[in-house]
Amino acid sequence: MGTNKTDVFIIADNICSPLGRTTQQNFEQIKNGISGVQKHDRPDLSDVPIAASLFKNNEFFVPGTHSYTKFEQLLIASITNALSHTDIKADDPKTGLIISSTKGNISLLETEENNSALQKRIGLNTSAQLIAGHFGFINQPIIISNACISGVMAIVTGMRLIQSGQYDQIVITGADVISKFVLSGFQSFQALSTERCKPFDKNRKGLNLGEGAATVILSGDEKYQGNIRVTGGGITNDANHISGPSRTGQELGDAIIKAMNNAGVKAEDIGLISAHGTATPYNDEMEAKAIMLAGLQKAPVSGLKGFYGHTLGAAGLIETILAKQSMEQNTLLPTLGFQETGTAPLNIINAVSNAAIKHCVKTASGFGGCNGALVLSK
Amino acid sequence: MSAGKYHITSSCIISGNTVYKNEVQVFGQPGTNPGDFLLAVYQHFELNYPKFYKMDSLSKLGWLASEVLLKDCFDKNKYEHEAIGLVLTNANSSLDADLKYWDSVHDMASPSLFVYTLPNIVIGEICIRNGFKGEDALYITPQFDAVFLQQQVNYLLDNDILNACICGWVDMIGGDYKAALFLVEEDEDGIEFEIEELNRIFNIT
Repeated sequence: MGTNKTDVFIIADNICSPLGRTTQQNFEQIKNGISGVQKHDRPDLSDVPIAASLFKNNEFFVPGTHSYTKFEQLLIASITNALSHTDIKADDPKTGLIISSTKGNISLLETEENNSALQKRIGLNTSAQLIAGHFGFINQPIIISNACISGVMAIVTGMRLIQSGQYDQIVITGADVISKFVLSGFQSFQALSTERCKPFDKNRKGLNLGEGAATVILSGDEKYQGNIRVTGGGITNDANHISGPSRTGQELGDAIIKAMNNAGVKAEDIGLISAHGTATPYNDEMEAKAIMLAGLQKAPVSGLKGFYGHTLGAAGLIETILAKQSMEQNTLLPTLGFQETGTAPLNIINAVSNAAIKHCVKTASGFGGCNGALVLSK
Repeated sequence: MSAGKYHITSSCIISGNTVYKNEVQVFGQPGTNPGDFLLAVYQHFELNYPKFYKMDSLSKLGWLASEVLLKDCFDKNKYEHEAIGLVLTNANSSLDADLKYWDSVHDMASPSLFVYTLPNIVIGEICIRNGFKGEDALYITPQFDAVFLQQQVNYLLDNDILNACICGWVDMIGGDYKAALFLVEEDEDGIEFEIEELNRIFNIT
């Protein structure tokens, strides 16, 4: 314990998903057991039917005339809602912006002619400039594209930038859109389940993909004392395989331990683990081992991919926001789809229940062997 | 806090069909396309790593730069492997691999191409080769941004998250490519880990 770092508070947030366009709507839907994952027959996305959490075809997120892509509209809608809960100014020189995405505007490849102008339009730098311009951010946006830990890494990066005094407040946003590009890739890996996914369950058969955006606003201002804080982060690499997880879970376990040490908390202090839980056979087994190696086998585990699918660059943000909501409302959210232990034994929550949560660990892991973990504290 | 404390103990630039190590040209082969040139680099340095052939162009470029960077000058057992990490940046993400993957989808989507459609896979390849298990990150920046890199790496070293960090730029799109990697350690020797030095070495070509 005894850390004297700047406190970093979560002062506003938003989730924009097929389940709703505010955090509150999303939290209520989950408490009511409603999942965004549905079976879809979408020839524009896949030759075979898929189970995924998708927005309606041609749904708009930013009204009026503009040339923003769906990816950019999602970011704008999410940031707009989150900012509306605060009085912070985008054009304050001490306000930062972090954007997290794995594939951004890649779906443009499917409909537009490939040339240098299109390649520039696809670039995350282009989207970042448009988003920054829309809101009037004056600092250059920081863009993180680090596979499926991007969202967790974005929050850890934001926490550090406030602790080091670089920014007083920082808007952290992320989104991914499900396209034929992404779907065909996961199909080629045979990683997708044709049913709603079953994180950590004995009969889990793979993941679902999902669309969404989310935004977290962090501040170091003491006036937010009492808000949930981001207190620690840890990031490691498996150094084992570019697409297969570690066999032992040691490296994700190390990321969790680093995050807890950074936060100055012990395993017995953790009242919730918001798991990555993609529901692929190998990821969940690795993650269960990692949680045990970190000494957290008794901590309640909640995995939310049964509600959202895997929202890629938004996943770490969406799931962290719901963990924060769980802490504020003393409510554990269920791991939809989990029925029977199918990994190293964990304390997996499968019904809405009440619990006081002082500290929470959020985990993530991804291609390239990357692992991330962060700690939230009340 | 960290002024003068950290040093660039090695650098490698691969650009314009030329390889520089510590600002000295160590290999060049004008007039070849990027694919052939990267293979020529692999052969020139007598590297023996069959996984190289499976990599996409971005990973080949970054991996080769890391091999030249660390060759004969870095004892990786000097540090815990958990304390060695990477901070890489580029402008074009994995677009080079994205285009190749998308071209293949019309026939049969290939998992071995799809896995490279993430820009951080090059980091994974370098970590696998060397057993580096520390923190790593891939950021997209419009151009080489020495200020940002120095800020990120200083944070990781100042806070003892890493003891040695490979940082820099690895960008590949079509015929255009450039890698600029810097090994940064808390060491008496080497070039000061300063913005001016990073920019000077980056612009050597």
